[in-house]
Order: sequence, then structure tokens, then C-alpha cells
Amino acid sequence: MAEKPRVATVSLCGCFGCHMSLLDIDERILDLVDLVTFDRTPLTDIKTLGDCDLGLIEGGVANAENVEVLLEFRRRCKVLVAFGACAVNGGIPAMRNQFSLAECLRESYCDGIGVHNPGIPNDPEIPLLLNQVHPIHEVVAIDYVLPGCPPSADTIWTFLTEFLEGKPIAFSYTQIHFD
Amino acid sequence: MSKTFKLDGREIPFETGQTIMDAALAAGVYIPHLCHNPELAPHGSCRVCLVDIGERQVSACTAAASEGMEVDSSSETIQATRRAILQMLFVEGNHVCPACEKSGACQLQAVAYYTGMLAPHFTHFFPRRPVDASHPDVVIDFNRCILCELCVRASRDHDGKRVFAISGRGLESHLVIDSPSGLLGDSCFAAADKAAHVCPTGAILPKGRGYETPIGERLYDREPISIVGDVRAHEEEVV
Ligand code: SF4
Ligand code: SF4
Ligand code: FES
Repeated sequence: MAEKPRVATVSLCGCFGCHMSLLDIDERILDLVDLVTFDRTPLTDIKTLGDCDLGLIEGGVANAENVEVLLEFRRRCKVLVAFGACAVNGGIPAMRNQFSLAECLRESYCDGIGVHNPGIPNDPEIPLLLNQVHPIHEVVAIDYVLPGCPPSADTIWTFLTEFLEGKPIAFSYTQIHFD
Repeated sequence: MSKTFKLDGREIPFETGQTIMDAALAAGVYIPHLCHNPELAPHGSCRVCLVDIGERQVSACTAAASEGMEVDSSSETIQATRRAILQMLFVEGNHVCPACEKSGACQLQAVAYYTGMLAPHFTHFFPRRPVDASHPDVVIDFNRCILCELCVRASRDHDGKRVFAISGRGLESHLVIDSPSGLLGDSCFAAADKAAHVCPTGAILPKGRGYETPIGERLYDREPISIVGDVRAHEEEVV
């Protein structure tokens, strides 16, 4: 028997809502486990990425580590999917693009209400922030989009089943949402 | 006998002087549109109502209907062009639908769904634009303005006030407000003005009413705009 398709998922600058929505497919996850092998994903807690057939990227690109992880996903995954609003257009995190990075850092760590011990963190372990949050297609080529904040479980299920069956992806009207 | 033209193979009656859009609306046939509102003079700026008449593409809201013409409004080429136009509208502003009160009852979003647009696709401009909350009853979020001039036309031609205008050219084009400070709160604008009720996006919104209808029950959640129609026709239910 041919090996099952390998699927990896990751959350860049997102809220993990898209992964929660993936879990919302409920008992269908048992079918999914039969159909695919999960590689790196928060669901398996595997930290390194192998060669995969499908990569789902939640979240936009906000820091240097996001760029690195995204590039690695592009190298290792045959098919890459912008999974949810932040990956598609930057989403809520991209609302910081209205301000300079200095303004954001000052507000968060120095001047904001309730800040104690003001001071901008400066530890080499912390990935450097980019000036702006970017949707993933501005950094790598993507193959599919799953809109929604988050995409509904049914939208995700439609995508996964049609993709795995090699069918063209077709969403019904109610499965397309930008929010 | 009335005159007719063909729209996607269907005979549409029209009177002399009617546009393709007027006749289609009267016949109950949907042609997507954003800057058109039958109560105001056509503007022809958004180009979303693009249709094919033979070799040419024209905006249905400004092109006159003529006897025997064959209009194509549903080919994949037309839909793809509309999609590209919508994608450009999305990346030129800042449309964060999950954080927008108008989401689910927004005509820009609904027309995007109708054309099968899944993502804005192009590189985002992420322009820096202000929000004007100076008026006691109405807020303007310039991030969501698509420069359709519906508020400009409503204020000028209906309210007799000229509160709004478009200033600047090309990328610099933006909506301006006629008041000493440039703020809406200092203008003669009132919540009862027609201009407060024509915006197809979430750029002009009443204060104190946001997120009233739960997700899943909003205007365009269940049925497409081609069936439900423009948001202005549903204002009482949705705002
Ligand atoms: S105005 Fe419409 S398209 Fe723009 S953010 Fe609001 S819901 Fe989305
Ligand atoms: S504020 Fe609304 S009605 Fe006025 S030009 Fe902008 S999008 Fe059109
Ligand atoms: S509706 Fe015709 S150009 Fe905007």
C-alpha cells in the first residue's frame, strides 16, 4: 500500500483559532487520522518538519522566526495552504501596520495602561519583529487559500477531503467567509 | 411593444434612456455593483458591474440599453475581471473583516463572495488612514472607504449639504469632509441624512449599534447578494 499523505500544520502570527477550528471537525478527525499521517503540527507536538504533501499555515508573518519557519514549510511541503484570515491577509495582527514598530513597542512595554517595569524586552532568544505583519503570499508562493477567521470546520473538512481525493476544491456559498 | 435586449440569453425589456443596470434591476436580474444606487445618479467608478457587449466591456450602470444588444454578464472572463477589481479594492484599503461591525452585511464582502473571490491575492498596500469618531452619532473609518462617492452624491443631491468630496489623485485620492477642522463632528452632517445610510462598506457606521446580529444570521451569511439584494434595502434589519 502506498504511504499515506503527510500533513504538517503550524501557527505563525495567529491566535491558534484555525487549529481549534480544525479540531472542531470532531469525530471526523478519526477518519482524517486514517487518511493522513501527521508530521510537524501542534497536534502531535513534533518539532521538526519532514517532507510533506500538504502544509497548512495559520497566521501571518510578523517576525524573523515566522519567515524562517514559512520558508522551511515551502521547501518541504509540496502544497502550501494559507489557512485562515491572518495567513491570507494579515488579519487582526496586521492592524499594527497602522503604526510604526517603535510606537507599538512603546505602547506595549512602556506607556500602555497597567505596564509595570517599563522597558522594551531585548533578549537574543526573542525573534526580531518585522516592521509590518505580512500575509504569507507576500513571502512565499502559496497553492490554496482557506478564508475565514477561522475557516469553519466544514470548510476545512471540504478542503481536506476534496484535496485528498484529488478533486478540484469547490466551496459552497456559506463556506466562504472573510470573518 | 416595448424594446428588449438580451442579458445572458434572457430577453430584458427596457425604455429608451434606461441603462443596462436599470433594466436588469427592473427585471429582477442581478448584476453585481458597488457604486450604484438607483436613487442616485450613476457614477460608474467601481467597475464591478462590468459586462461584455460584443467586443467591448462597459459598466452596466452607465451604458444605455439598446434594442437587440447582446449582453454577457456571467462568463468566467467577466467574473474573473470583477474578482481582480475587487481584489484591488481590498488591498488598497485596510479591510479587516473579523474586526468590522459591517461584516456579514457589507456589500463589498458580499460581491466578493458572489464572484468567488477567496483572497485579496495582490500585495497589500496597508495604507495609514485615520478613523474619525468626532461625530456624536456616526463614525467614519477611512480604512474601509472605496471612494464610491455614494455619500458624496447623497449629501449633495439629496441632503443639499455637500458634506463630502473626494480630494487628491490616484493613490492619494481620499474622502474629505467639509468642516473647518476636516472632522465630521464639526460639519453639518446628521445621522438622519441620506448620506449616513448609503455606504456599501463599513466606512460610515452609526454609533452604539455594532454587532447586533449574531454571526450566521447576518444578511449575507445564508444567501448571496444576488438573491438578497443591496444592503440599503435591509437597513432596519441589519445595521
Ligand atoms: S467594510 Fe466590508 S470588506 Fe471592509 S472590513 Fe468591513 S466587512 Fe470587510
Ligand atoms: S464613505 Fe462609503 S459611501 Fe462614502 S465614498 Fe467611501 S465607501 Fe463610498
Ligand atoms: S456599479 Fe457600475 S461602475 Fe460601480
